[in-house]
Amino acid sequence: MLPGARMRVVLHPQRRTVEVQGRRPVRRLLAELGVLPGTAMVIRRDELLMDGEIVEDDDEIEIRAVISGGAP
Amino acid sequence: MKCTRCKQKPEVHLRAHNAAFCRPCYILYFRRQVERAIEHEKMFGREDGLLIAVSGGKDSLALWDVLIELGYRTTGLYLGLGIGEYSDASHDKAAAFAAARGVPLLVRSLALEGPGLAVPDVAGATRRAPCAACGAMKRHFFDAAAHEGGFDVLVTGHNLDDEAARLLGNVLRWQRDHLARQRPVLEPSHPKFVRKVKPLYLVSEYETAVYAFMRGIDYIVEECPNAAGATQLLYKDALNRLEAESPGTKLSFVKEWVRTTQTLFTQPDRDVPGECQQCGMPAYGALCSFCSLVREVETRRERRVRRVPAAQGA
Repeated sequence: MLPGARMRVVLHPQRRTVEVQGRRPVRRLLAELGVLPGTAMVIRRDELLMDGEIVEDDDEIEIRAVISGGAP
Repeated sequence: MKCTRCKQKPEVHLRAHNAAFCRPCYILYFRRQVERAIEHEKMFGREDGLLIAVSGGKDSLALWDVLIELGYRTTGLYLGLGIGEYSDASHDKAAAFAAARGVPLLVRSLALEGPGLAVPDVAGATRRAPCAACGAMKRHFFDAAAHEGGFDVLVTGHNLDDEAARLLGNVLRWQRDHLARQRPVLEPSHPKFVRKVKPLYLVSEYETAVYAFMRGIDYIVEECPNAAGATQLLYKDALNRLEAESPGTKLSFVKEWVRTTQTLFTQPDRDVPGECQQCGMPAYGALCSFCSLVREVETRRERRVRRVPAAQGA
């Protein structure tokens, strides 16, 4: 691993990108980003990640919100 | 943790159901959940012609995909709301979905129905919240398209989160007439209405999003630009906070509402609706709510036109 390599996390639909350093479980990553469990899918490559799975430096992660709404 | 069904490595954990699934088992599970709701609530049968209201979002496209896979006779209906690039993109998603599966898609556009009828224009002219104007217009065009097309059932993609948020809003204000109509199946009150059903009413939006993702459905991820600040999103956030602490809260809220409580609310005695003098669709007054809205837009526009020359002449 390259020194200083970081995990790149893209949040949709905000189209915001943040960089995070260090291994951690998905549930901790979500908590750090203020995302409630069950309100977003966590995607690495073409795979969904569950709360207990570990993400780490060099990973490209997409956090895709699932909430929609407005009109009844 | 293992897949609840096949014991392989799971990809999704549903805390409300205390279950986990790998991809193939999740797809089967999700379809079975939808099928069970259709059967349990007697929503429709194989012989019925179904009109599916599609927005290009995850819920309506996931639902349409399930109904196609289950072998139902489906036609999609996309209503262009005139919300700039968002509407263009959502139309493209719905059209691509239909083309890839070879299923019919009817397309209507508010902007082509009359001047000033795009959602932002109506909301601006009438000073209504965009979501309120949007909801009224959608209901009219969905009802009219179902009647004109001779469909048996109008199917919408309202999910558990939508129903829980709506229920919370109705309870907070004790809106008895709204509570009387909040059911997964709404029978028609007039020959020009068709039955309306919500087969996703017990599956969360997380579950529909996961199904859409696993099936490779290309849906619009962007939020409607008008939804920011909508009350429904506030209720959803409150419910998601409860759900995070106590998984299954939303499911039991809606499920028990339908099972034990909804029938306690009856619709207030209202006459059978007549027909709108303008469009002929069912109405309780001279005009249906959509035509009343159109008239309001026209009246305000005429007032504005009259005011401009007066101001110019001053």
